[in-house]
Amino acid sequence: MTTPQKPWKKSVGLRLLDGVFAVLGLTLSGLVVLTSPMAGPEAVGFVAIPVIAIINFLRVFREGATARMNALAATLIMSAFLFLITPWLSVMGTVVSRGRAAIYSGFFTHDMRITPPKSALDMGGIKHAIIGTVIMVLLASIISVPLGILSGVYVTEIRGRFTGLVRFITQAMSGVPSIVAGLFVYSTFVLFFESYSGIAGAISLAILMIPTVARTSEEVLKLVSEDLRFAGYALGSTQSRNVFKVVLPTVRSGLVTSAVLGVARVAGETAPLLMTAQYFIASKTNPFDGPIASLPTYIFNMFQTGNRNSVDRAWGAALVLLGLVFVLFTFARVVTSARRRR
Amino acid sequence: MSDVAVQRRELKFKKPGIDRVFHFVVTTGALVSLLVLGLIAVFLFLRGFQIFKDMGLSFITGSLWEGTGAPGEPTTYGIAPMLVGSIVLSLVAVVIALPLSVAAALFIEFYTAPRLKKFLVSLLDLAAAIPSVIYGLWGFFILAPRATEWAISLNHLFGWFPLFHVPAPFFDGSPFIGGMVLAVMIAPIITSVAREVFSQTPPDQISAAHALGGRKWSAIRYVALPFGRSGIIGGAMLGLGRALGETVAIYLVVNIAFKTNLNILFTGSGNIASMIALKFGEASQYEVKALLAAGFVLFAFTLAVNMFATYIVNLSKRKSA
Repeated sequence: MTTPQKPWKKSVGLRLLDGVFAVLGLTLSGLVVLTSPMAGPEAVGFVAIPVIAIINFLRVFREGATARMNALAATLIMSAFLFLITPWLSVMGTVVSRGRAAIYSGFFTHDMRITPPKSALDMGGIKHAIIGTVIMVLLASIISVPLGILSGVYVTEIRGRFTGLVRFITQAMSGVPSIVAGLFVYSTFVLFFESYSGIAGAISLAILMIPTVARTSEEVLKLVSEDLRFAGYALGSTQSRNVFKVVLPTVRSGLVTSAVLGVARVAGETAPLLMTAQYFIASKTNPFDGPIASLPTYIFNMFQTGNRNSVDRAWGAALVLLGLVFVLFTFARVVTSARRRR
Repeated sequence: MSDVAVQRRELKFKKPGIDRVFHFVVTTGALVSLLVLGLIAVFLFLRGFQIFKDMGLSFITGSLWEGTGAPGEPTTYGIAPMLVGSIVLSLVAVVIALPLSVAAALFIEFYTAPRLKKFLVSLLDLAAAIPSVIYGLWGFFILAPRATEWAISLNHLFGWFPLFHVPAPFFDGSPFIGGMVLAVMIAPIITSVAREVFSQTPPDQISAAHALGGRKWSAIRYVALPFGRSGIIGGAMLGLGRALGETVAIYLVVNIAFKTNLNILFTGSGNIASMIALKFGEASQYEVKALLAAGFVLFAFTLAVNMFATYIVNLSKRKSA
């Protein structure tokens, strides 16, 4: 089969020409900004968008209205895209560049038990925050991963009369503000036991994690081919046996992905932890024993302290947190693509 | 053809016992989400019930937050300024993020090579997963100083327009800056929903647009955009829902002030979520009840927005299926 021809596709030469004109427009706007009271790279960006749009508009002026609109739209769409990803790249770049200052060899092995937040950056660390985050996220996973997968299994395997409802509820739940989950756990758990605790934090995280796990696991379970299920039944299998021996093992890596994405979703949640787990300066491994630290609440507290060194610590912890989310994402992606290749 | 009537053998099937247990367990597990959602509503409502009873409708419409509820002390709680603040902040965010996100979705879907597209989709996912506390830090230290300058220019040029008017020259921690940080946070969500809808545009219709002498923009304007309209609206609503409930980023970036501020460039605003976080630490027992009641209002409000959004997105999916 021949691949369909695309005569409207741009040639390499034309693309190069586009680039040349873009650079030309950028230079022109740079000159405009230099000779005006405006300043800074973002001003060049603001000016360059209409300038380049007009240049491209004029280049195809003689080809008719359709071509003119096409050139204008292409420039604007591309500029909007660049405009939009700039802040994301800026967030990641800033976290890396500002976060490095606080990280030293003991950053991961010390806590803040004997170190005031504003002390020099070669003391104290985030050991307590890492331990707290790991404990709460693990507990949250233990609660939410089975529940999320069960609701995925219900929607794809049992397909009972609640299917529509379960799907709808899952989606509605993914929109529950994180602070509401925190308030709920506060109003039940924390008030009942009269104490903030790691387990309360974990439950609030679990509430936020269930919808993510449920939706992703439903999506991977949908990929299991119907033939495979029928083959199981044809061999006389019961449905439960079929699910546990055929369906779930087929998508094992996909289910791992769904759990990992759920963890990535909640690892950085701050608001619910403020009202359930609070913050504590020392390392602690017992989730039932009062307030406990976590990476997000550490960042929040260091920012609140407002001292130069404490803010640097906040950036350092932000770098670790972002690195954690990034690693989880890469892991999920590698697992997924490995499955596709097989 | 024979005259013998076709007789169907009666099929008898009884679910094996193990399957009945299995069904029961899975159904129960699946309905836990429903239970949790119900419990959230019930508990927040019950804990806040006394406030709803004491304050009545003025809890929603009142604009004063005073007192601790101690006997003899005049105490009034009304969340109107923060309710308005939530809406203003999220609307600013959606107005900024929506056009840029739709354009970015069009760019990723129609203007990039497959390999770059894959990379950009990953970047989108990652941007959506950056914790809000990090967006808040970035908003405070990196965006706010620049955005304050932009706000001054905007006010200089369009100050005659009520929205951009300021009663006094204070531009820091304004709804404009808060809305911008929210826009950066919700743009990945809107972009990925819109991109997904655009990716389902029937390719033969796009080819048809080209065959009729249209260029890429004609195909987008007359095929992709109409096709994806409800997806775009749904994505925007999902973004709105996320923006309405955001706590930490607003807490860090906006000057939380308990006042109704419709001059978006002027300092001081806040939303329900950030107000709860602010007052939570030092609240009296009675005030905590009021905060839980405020949480219930926020919950009901975002739930309504999200259900509506889900409904619209599903509508577009059914149309394309």
